[in-house]
Amino acid sequence: MKTRRDFIKISAIGLGATAVTAGAAKAVLGSSLFGNDSENETENLRRVPTYCEVCFWKCAGWAHVTEDGNIKKITGNDDDPQCNGRLCPRGTGGVGMFSDPDRLKTPLIRVGKVGNQTYREASWEEAFDYIAKKMSDLKAKYGPESMALFFHGSSGNHFSHLMKAYGTTNLAAPSFAQCRGPRDVGFEATFGESVSSPEVTDIRDTKCLVLIGSHIGENMHNGQVQEMSEAIDKGAVIITVDPRLSTAASKSKFWLPIKPSTDIALLLAWIHVLINDELYNKEYISAYAEGFEELKAHVKPFTPEWAYGITTLKPALIRSTAREMANAAPSVIIHPGRHAAWYGDDVQRTRAIAILNALLGSWGNRGGIFFKEGIKIPEFPHPEYPKPAWSWKDLMDGKYPLANEAVTNSVIEASYPKDGKEARIKGWFISGTNLVASVPLKEELQKAMQALELIVVVDTMPMEITDYADVVLPECTYLERYDDIRATAHREPTLCLRMPAAEPKHQTKPAWWIAKQLGEKLGLGAYFNFKEYSEVLDWQLKQVGSSLEELQRIGVKKSSRKTSPYIEPGADHQFKTASGKIQLFSHEMAEAGFDPMPVFTQHPEPQEGFYRLIYGRAPMHTFSRTANNPNLVALMPENSVWINPGVAKIWGIKKDQYVWLKNQDGAVSNFAVKVRLTERIRWDSVYIVHGFGHHHKPLKFAYGRGVNDTELITNVMMDPIMGGTGMRGNFITFLTEDPRKEAEA
Amino acid sequence: MRYAMAIDTKKCVGCSDCVVACQTENNVPIGFCRDWVTETVDGTYPNVNIELRSERCNHCDNSPCVRCCPTGASHFEDGGIVLVTHNKCIGCGACIESCPYEARYSHPDGYVDKCTFCIHRVRKGENPACVSVCPTSCMYFGDLDDPNSEIVNVLKNRKFNALAPEAGTKPNIFYLT
Repeated sequence: MKTRRDFIKISAIGLGATAVTAGAAKAVLGSSLFGNDSENETENLRRVPTYCEVCFWKCAGWAHVTEDGNIKKITGNDDDPQCNGRLCPRGTGGVGMFSDPDRLKTPLIRVGKVGNQTYREASWEEAFDYIAKKMSDLKAKYGPESMALFFHGSSGNHFSHLMKAYGTTNLAAPSFAQCRGPRDVGFEATFGESVSSPEVTDIRDTKCLVLIGSHIGENMHNGQVQEMSEAIDKGAVIITVDPRLSTAASKSKFWLPIKPSTDIALLLAWIHVLINDELYNKEYISAYAEGFEELKAHVKPFTPEWAYGITTLKPALIRSTAREMANAAPSVIIHPGRHAAWYGDDVQRTRAIAILNALLGSWGNRGGIFFKEGIKIPEFPHPEYPKPAWSWKDLMDGKYPLANEAVTNSVIEASYPKDGKEARIKGWFISGTNLVASVPLKEELQKAMQALELIVVVDTMPMEITDYADVVLPECTYLERYDDIRATAHREPTLCLRMPAAEPKHQTKPAWWIAKQLGEKLGLGAYFNFKEYSEVLDWQLKQVGSSLEELQRIGVKKSSRKTSPYIEPGADHQFKTASGKIQLFSHEMAEAGFDPMPVFTQHPEPQEGFYRLIYGRAPMHTFSRTANNPNLVALMPENSVWINPGVAKIWGIKKDQYVWLKNQDGAVSNFAVKVRLTERIRWDSVYIVHGFGHHHKPLKFAYGRGVNDTELITNVMMDPIMGGTGMRGNFITFLTEDPRKEAEA
Repeated sequence: MRYAMAIDTKKCVGCSDCVVACQTENNVPIGFCRDWVTETVDGTYPNVNIELRSERCNHCDNSPCVRCCPTGASHFEDGGIVLVTHNKCIGCGACIESCPYEARYSHPDGYVDKCTFCIHRVRKGENPACVSVCPTSCMYFGDLDDPNSEIVNVLKNRKFNALAPEAGTKPNIFYLT
């Protein structure tokens, strides 16, 4: 019998159609979660407000709960401007986080020594006693600053509070140095503030959207995807710069298939054209910016002809796209992107993007970048935090002067003895981040894991990182707990509630409860002066004119703005820089010893037989955290390596064949990965979706499916400005035989 | 009343939200699906194009599945929606073989299952789950006999095609191009 997938190949118009969704008519994974009532007219569902935790966008929605207490489905809340009633596939599939049979179920304590990955089940009481004793010992021996927290997501707030009460401010999120940090620092250096999250890009009303390696639609940042679609409807011009025909590129009027690692050359050429052809917004620049003359002189040599030889993009194309932007200005967005840690000169690249936005006058104008407004939720009363004797800034030996959030890599490197110096960090608390997959420092992580005196991991799933823990604490999912109010500053100030839609499964507990219990054991009970978190939320909401009861009913409360989202005509707007002006020439960077205006640096290129490893996102998955979600696994069970058919021909590699990947330093992928032959990728590069190749066996669905790009990222190009870990300077080659088998033989 | 769907391929990003929303709405067992997403790639780098399509039962006017069903389980409902009455279905699979879109699958409980256009929602005046959830709002559902409906309007103003017209099934899913 032919499968549905086979059929599509035959019938589709054009070449090489493939089913993206694994929808073949065969049972792959598990069975019905909800019984077999497919005529669901009689179901009586209760709806409970929540906001999503599958990614950082945190869309507000409703969990629909059956009479027997199961969560049947999750839908978006119509009043939330971040989702407009439409969740993304991960949010819709968020129910799989709740139903995942492989969830962490009880607290676990390591049996025997560090490195021994054997655990025994423990009671919460026992686990807390263990951690509290260790943390008290560390405080007595090395001071409270010797503890560090690594975090991602909503639970991080509760543990940050605990850590600050305990006495440490070493709170590091991979979302800074591994992701958006370079972008935020680049925009802060230019405009005095970052573009925030969710980004303050006015895509909905833009006339021209420029994406540079930003693959909206594959990164499913919901509001932006929705707005891009709206912009397409309204006829906006989309210009996409990407070595791969991304989904966004396929919807663009202009696709610039740039040679990877040369983006700054293109950006400088665009700046050159805008200035040289006098296409920039003169009024805006003279009113709001400084350093224009320096910039003009700086970019003089960077002609499109100069950039052509570097980027492989034709000068006429560079000129015409610059003109498109100028025609649309100021309703134009050179999108700042999000994951920006690429080549180690990433602050400079995002500075160039910021400068382009400035030249076009987009910040503060409709269809450009708007000013956000939000409601500040007051802190629930607690004693003042103790003042730490030192902080993460003291771990960097004068490096990364513009880092304004803790740099994960510096904290990791301070966690083992180095150059004859004692480690300053002695204990880790890890919440919601699988460091093994999120930070590309395998060796450093190993050394730290060996040296640390305490590692606590709090998670909902048994990720790779839980195997390094002394104690594992099972957190309940976002669908089973209260969390802080989502108070979003964006177009409209918005408050959203997350409350339990179901009882926590197994022995799992919410983060606020874990932090409170542990705080009390540590003698910090005064910082947790409440019985239930609902008391905190009700008090906070009442301070801002709402109440828990109100939000339980409506889920989302929007308020109208008090300030304009755009610069009022003729207003004397002050940007948040030291001088109040946009910094085309950055004095701050110059003083710190860096180029005050972006320069292009040539980066290494692949040796013969090697291809640049480019990674990105798929709309059905978030990081490495969804690879075991039963609903999402069904949509995309594994990643594949995208190879240009011309390259495959040289290697004799066939479609759907499994290959192992080896990088320039000899690192070999743990597992084999399926080949996807596609004309969507350049011949000097390969592409992989991040987040697969889990090697942790308790992840029964995810184990061994696809490859983990992080293990192939051994060349890390550090951004000297803020400590970003550039990850795109790695090159891979193909192994068609299992390399481990050979070694065994 | 003739229900139909138009899907804008210029806006679809292939995220498969329609697939997972259908699964949770209709209790489709994991590993099966009533709708799915295909990608067609055309050309060679860098002159290359893709089309993404969310596909499902076409609720054809001339449905081979209804004609070949030996028990009458496959039948037309109001508005031309093709449905399978589960307890009449003997699971013989003739309809699966007859469908040029491979829109049907054997449910583990022994009957043949497929897209219902979420008839339980449509009867309440709601859109099918896939249409309601789509982040790009690229799907339009409605009545072709209603001249004021959004779907009639988009089909009037846009170019579109349907899949496998050569099969003569008169499908009711249209792809805006």
